[in-house]
Amino acid sequence: MSTRLGSVHDIPLGEGRTYAVAGEMVAVFRLRDGSVRAVSAVCPHKGGPLADGQIDAEVVICPLHLTAFDLTTGCARGDLPPVKVYPVTVDADDMLVIPSEVLL
Amino acid sequence: MQSPRLVIIGNGMAGARTVEEILARDGDFAVTMFGDEPYGNYNRIMLSNVLAGVEDESGIFLNDLSWYADNGITLHTGTRITRIDRAAKVVYAEDGSATPYDKLIIATGSRAFVPPIPGIHRPGRGYHQGVFAFRTLDDTRAMIRYAREHERAVVIGGGLLGLEAARGLQNHLSHVTLVHAMGHLMNTQLDAEAGATLQRSVEKLGIEVVVGAQTTEILGKHSVTGVKLADGRTIGCDVVVVAAGIRANADVAQASGLPVERGIVVDDQMRVQGEADIYAVGECAQHRGETYGLVAPLWDQAKVLADHITGRDPHAAYHGSRVATKLKVAGVDVASMGLKEPESDDDETLTYAEPRKGVYKSVIIRDGRLVGATLVGDVRKVAFLMQAFDRGLALPEERAELMFDLGGPPAEVSPAEMPGDAQVCNCNGVSKGAICSTVQSGCKTVSGVMDKTRAGKGCGTCKPLVQRIVEWAAGGEVEEDPAASWYVPGVPMPKPELMRAIREHGLKSVSAVFATLVPGGKEDAKSKMGLASLLKMMWGGEYEDERDARFINDRVHANIQRDGTFSVVPQMKGGVTTPAQLKRIAEVAEKHAVPMVKLTGGQRIDLLGVPKEKLPQIWADLDMPSGWAYGKSFRTVKTCVGSEFCRFGVGDSTALGIALEERYQGIEGPGKMKLAVTGCPRNCAEAYVKDLGVVAIDGGKWEIYVGGAAGAHVRKGDLLATVDSADEVITLTGRFLQYYRENANWLERTYAWVPRVGIERLRKVVVDDADGIAADLDAAMAASVAAYRDPWRERAEPATPGQFRTSLPLVLLPQVPVR
Ligand SMILES: Cc1cc2nc3c(=O)[nH]c(=O)nc-3n(C[C@H](O)[C@H](O)[C@H](O)COP(=O)(O)OP(=O)(O)OC[C@H]3O[C@@H](n4cnc5c(N)ncnc54)[C@H](O)[C@@H]3O)c2cc1C
Ligand code: SF4
Ligand code: SF4
Ligand code: FES
Repeated sequence: MSTRLGSVHDIPLGEGRTYAVAGEMVAVFRLRDGSVRAVSAVCPHKGGPLADGQIDAEVVICPLHLTAFDLTTGCARGDLPPVKVYPVTVDADDMLVIPSEVLL
Repeated sequence: MQSPRLVIIGNGMAGARTVEEILARDGDFAVTMFGDEPYGNYNRIMLSNVLAGVEDESGIFLNDLSWYADNGITLHTGTRITRIDRAAKVVYAEDGSATPYDKLIIATGSRAFVPPIPGIHRPGRGYHQGVFAFRTLDDTRAMIRYAREHERAVVIGGGLLGLEAARGLQNHLSHVTLVHAMGHLMNTQLDAEAGATLQRSVEKLGIEVVVGAQTTEILGKHSVTGVKLADGRTIGCDVVVVAAGIRANADVAQASGLPVERGIVVDDQMRVQGEADIYAVGECAQHRGETYGLVAPLWDQAKVLADHITGRDPHAAYHGSRVATKLKVAGVDVASMGLKEPESDDDETLTYAEPRKGVYKSVIIRDGRLVGATLVGDVRKVAFLMQAFDRGLALPEERAELMFDLGGPPAEVSPAEMPGDAQVCNCNGVSKGAICSTVQSGCKTVSGVMDKTRAGKGCGTCKPLVQRIVEWAAGGEVEEDPAASWYVPGVPMPKPELMRAIREHGLKSVSAVFATLVPGGKEDAKSKMGLASLLKMMWGGEYEDERDARFINDRVHANIQRDGTFSVVPQMKGGVTTPAQLKRIAEVAEKHAVPMVKLTGGQRIDLLGVPKEKLPQIWADLDMPSGWAYGKSFRTVKTCVGSEFCRFGVGDSTALGIALEERYQGIEGPGKMKLAVTGCPRNCAEAYVKDLGVVAIDGGKWEIYVGGAAGAHVRKGDLLATVDSADEVITLTGRFLQYYRENANWLERTYAWVPRVGIERLRKVVVDDADGIAADLDAAMAASVAAYRDPWRERAEPATPGQFRTSLPLVLLPQVPVR
């Protein structure tokens, strides 16, 4: 089973948006090459909203204190705990999809 | 093949350091070291602390015995070398052993100089029982043991070591007198007045000081009872410590036929003159006529010697050291470098004395360069002075800045003197210790350390200090961070080159810059905002706006707060509002239950705690233009009431402030631009401490100050020009801001940029048009002004899908207090 979050076109290129899925907050980013990444929406440092951060092909930078997190591994570039990474894909209808089991 | 045999005589600071340097260069030697002290290698400097009881003996060891074992070094402690056979290449020790060498390093240091004062020795017993030198750990131990059971001490010698001894002894007995033969304390480093200042401070600590006092005899037959001075006075005491200077330990060298003057004579490779395989390093060596009594030069020597002997750099050469000392002498800060007194009439000397506080400072300048400085009691400027002295930097025109901080980036503290737990980055709570351990774990670039620790990533004020600590912790092995000169970290070019390339290729969007100018086209999140600002400045209306290149503040035109909500600040030009506007703001705040309404430092009204999704609605309800409280941009013009109402006002500051704000609202820059206009020099709007401040003066004139700050830095602006009309103020303001926009580094505020460029140079460009670019600057600024659009208009039509959608599960965030 999997959960559809919405159309990938709801996220502008190079930006992120937050989705509430099964009681969890997930920040989904659409990279400039069109691929998507998803990590938990809350910065482990002081709760910064990661979907508001700036991204490149590798990292998202928390807007509050500028910690960078790797979008693929979730690891912080710094001595913070990692953020959770979700496997997210785009289906044939351009919908963002997260497999449900990872949300449990 | 067997490794060449390297023998080192002397296991002190220079000897052990040289071996460390050799090991660091993978030198292939079979190393044998001899030390006549029964210990591994310790930090002799710390003996002062051991005597003063602030350091434990165990804390001063640099390399313990296991270090020698781990590195395959054969160490013979408690073994004195008595002779070198240069022909046979063998050293002989007191215990009769003979050790052959291929290369030999002599690092025997110095010993205390003990003047031949009658009574100081007892026939056949060495020193008189109560008489001590202060050089080794054993000396220190013996002194402590003996002093504890006695009451009064006399220290002979008022130099660095004597002062340290006197201070340390106070811990162990009740009365200490310092007897110094010269007219003032530390006479080799300090001039008479500095010496006198130091003396007063030392006396305040309870140490009695007698200067101009030649000791002629140590009194007492079985035990010491006092010292006798040349003028006939006697000072009663039961302990005497002699700290009258040092002499190079060169007996062995001399006895073995090596050239010895004041020390063992060496060349620029630290090779003993005329010898192919014998070197000398440290206090025992004499290089170009100089011997050194401090450790810094020894470190330089050790490096050269290691480079040379390992073949890493056979031509490495030591050129002597410029000795600058910074010490805490008996609890008093003292620093000195170069000359202590002027030498010729042309030498410019500045002195400042505040005797009550124990402060004395003097600097000596020759041909615009620092050639000497003495600081007693207040050494805050020492790091700057040492740099200026070492590197011959140009000195500030305002000479007083050599001695005092007159604003600007804060005084440089030396990393070495900071305690490990000192907080360096106050925003992210990063200590010096944390930075050092990151460096030790192998991260040796400034930016790498900043990434790992977050130090310097808050307000950024501490960045220079972070850099110095990294450099210090890496012991000069900082890896060159090429990015340091780049405008943004992800595009390998300094600003002028970057701007040229952008123009050449006609790059109008941030992604085009990455694609064209970065190898591999790699984008970099940290560079986007700086590039967006630069491109907008360069292309104005032609700039291709990509929303992801903007920081969140610039995407939603509001300032993100610690809980992820935003703040809304309506425009209020010159800080002037109307009752209708106030009412509207109040109604909107009430309607949307805004958690806090606050006046800002820039005379505006701040509605704090607004969720992102509510921004468009609030803007619509307010129906006022944006007050630009969020970007790296022109912010506000603060004004006072000026001639309109104030009884002192000589100029209409309010009207001029409004005019300035109307013209330059929202203009982007490398940093925030905060302005003020004040109606008379009473400065109620604080114009002297703004990026640009205007002050009305009598006669209808206006003064323009630039580069001021009253934020993380406090600095009074420099006077750029005095003009006759408000129009001229407006023009020069635009020209100055444009020149700043084009030339400052990303995030470099005017308070750093103006002193970097220099006010004279700015005046030439901006006021006198010496470069002939004034018209271009004016035109570029006019274009930016024309491209202005109120961002709050986006409320009606979001620029991107979900532009104002919340990113937050608000409940999880730190809750900001609601009043
Ligand atoms: C109390 C005190 C405080 C000081 N404070 C400062 C300070 O704040 N800042 C500063 O820069 N400097 C300071 N110094 C000076 C600094 O300690 C010396 O410059 C430094 O130790 C010199 O190093 P070195 O290796 O040349 O000599 P040393 O460290 O003296 O080492 C020489 C070693 O060789 C041994 N040796 C000598 N002859 C023989 C032999 N024939 N056979 C075997 N071994 C032999 C000696 O016993 C000694 O262990 C201070 C010195 C003292 C004593
Ligand atoms: S407003 Fe300024 S001083 Fe206050 S917390 Fe923020 S950065 Fe610090
Ligand atoms: S600066 Fe001068 S004119 Fe302005 S309010 Fe103060 S006293 Fe009045
Ligand atoms: S909250 Fe994300 S870095 Fe501080």
